[in-house]
Amino acid sequence: MKYAYYPGCSAHSTARDMHESCLAVSKALGIELNEIKGWTCCGASSAHQTDRELAASLASANLVKAGQMGMDMVVTCAACYKSSKAANYEIVHSEDMRRAVAESLGEPYDGSVPVRHFVEILLKDVGIAALSKKIVTSLTGLKAAAYYGCYLVRPTEATNFDDPENPTILEHLMEAAGVESVEWSGKVDCCGGMQNLTRTEISVRRSAAVIDMARAAGAECIVVACPMCQISLDVRQTDMEKLLGRKYNMPVIYLTQLLGLALGLSPRELGLGRLMVDPAVVLKARKEAVPSRH
Amino acid sequence: MKAVKRRAGVNLSACFQCRKCSIGCPVAGETESPPSEIIRRLQLGAGDELLQTDLIWTCLSCETCYARCPNRINFAAVIDALKSMAVEKGVAKPKGDAPLFNRSFLNTVKSYGRAYDLKAIAAYKLGTGSLGQDMDKFPAMLKKGKMAILPPSGGDRGTVKRIFDRAARNRGTGR
Repeated sequence: MKYAYYPGCSAHSTARDMHESCLAVSKALGIELNEIKGWTCCGASSAHQTDRELAASLASANLVKAGQMGMDMVVTCAACYKSSKAANYEIVHSEDMRRAVAESLGEPYDGSVPVRHFVEILLKDVGIAALSKKIVTSLTGLKAAAYYGCYLVRPTEATNFDDPENPTILEHLMEAAGVESVEWSGKVDCCGGMQNLTRTEISVRRSAAVIDMARAAGAECIVVACPMCQISLDVRQTDMEKLLGRKYNMPVIYLTQLLGLALGLSPRELGLGRLMVDPAVVLKARKEAVPSRH
Repeated sequence: MKAVKRRAGVNLSACFQCRKCSIGCPVAGETESPPSEIIRRLQLGAGDELLQTDLIWTCLSCETCYARCPNRINFAAVIDALKSMAVEKGVAKPKGDAPLFNRSFLNTVKSYGRAYDLKAIAAYKLGTGSLGQDMDKFPAMLKKGKMAILPPSGGDRGTVKRIFDRAARNRGTGR
């Protein structure tokens, strides 16, 4: 299992924990991630709001580099996933876009380099059977809500990730780690992350609504695969408390961090100390876990 | 409507006002004009006055509207088209100044090849006079390593510069 790895800008800033846990889990499972040399920003939401050709060109610069490596491109950030897959989709479906991107890059690109999110690799390439064999600490008793947000599942034609209204990839992986996933209807709702700094109050209300729904369903923590969602739900809890006058204290943890603990990796390797809300409930489940027998 | 249609690449006449977009919109309660109303106004020949509508800067780009449209109208692309037209015509004066944030963010990408959060946020907050906001969070984020202090390095700046240069030539953006 060899892939061209695109960490994305947040991997070295707001989502170092996502990046660290992805690398640690890969190592534990024998997944070879080859970082794309000279990778650049995918453009994120600021590019597509400004100029669609600029957005597709920025994303394509990395896809071309991954294509030269002859491997599928793997991303861990849902926003990069969406930018890259949307660029591929637009290039395939629009001759104008294909021409614009070729002009920007100085070389043609046909939109054919496969883009995959790391959780897809875990479910489809590693597989639940092989994964289950590597679980050393089953996190039995922990109840968690799988939260997908927007960018994994939308735009649906471009990302083609899973059922767009009821995806279950994260749940399958959580259950392999022994975690009980709660049933709830907020998993593809928006956290408001794009307006985190520009319309903070709207963003905070959306994120609070997601946490309220997860808690009502019995979740003790929320499991994510997107750094925008992680930041909005985790870092903004102090703002939710100020705005809404109630305590939040809901840990928001990356799937790779949760899975890493079940694989026997240390909280330090998985960057757990970087989370703003202490994931105490998750660590308690790990401590109380009965070692798996294989 | 023609300009929006060209930029967004959508067929707005396919809308029959089922309003699934507005029902699913997470900010429908925060805006004066929900998605289905914007489409109706475009169908009826709305002009530049539509560039003042608040939804274009309240929108979260969650794309729920597009995902649930039975006629596959990409309303997210309509919003992006309205945004870029409002900025180019100089009529964008939104709450929260998203155009300033986008410029601040893309300027760091142009300079470093990768996003430099701290610089983008500082430029945005200086420009909007909101430096005080969120100051309670930065020390903990920096301490926990949840925000990089130093600028990013290692990105292929040459390619990124080429992309921005072409965008600036063609659309007047990316300056």
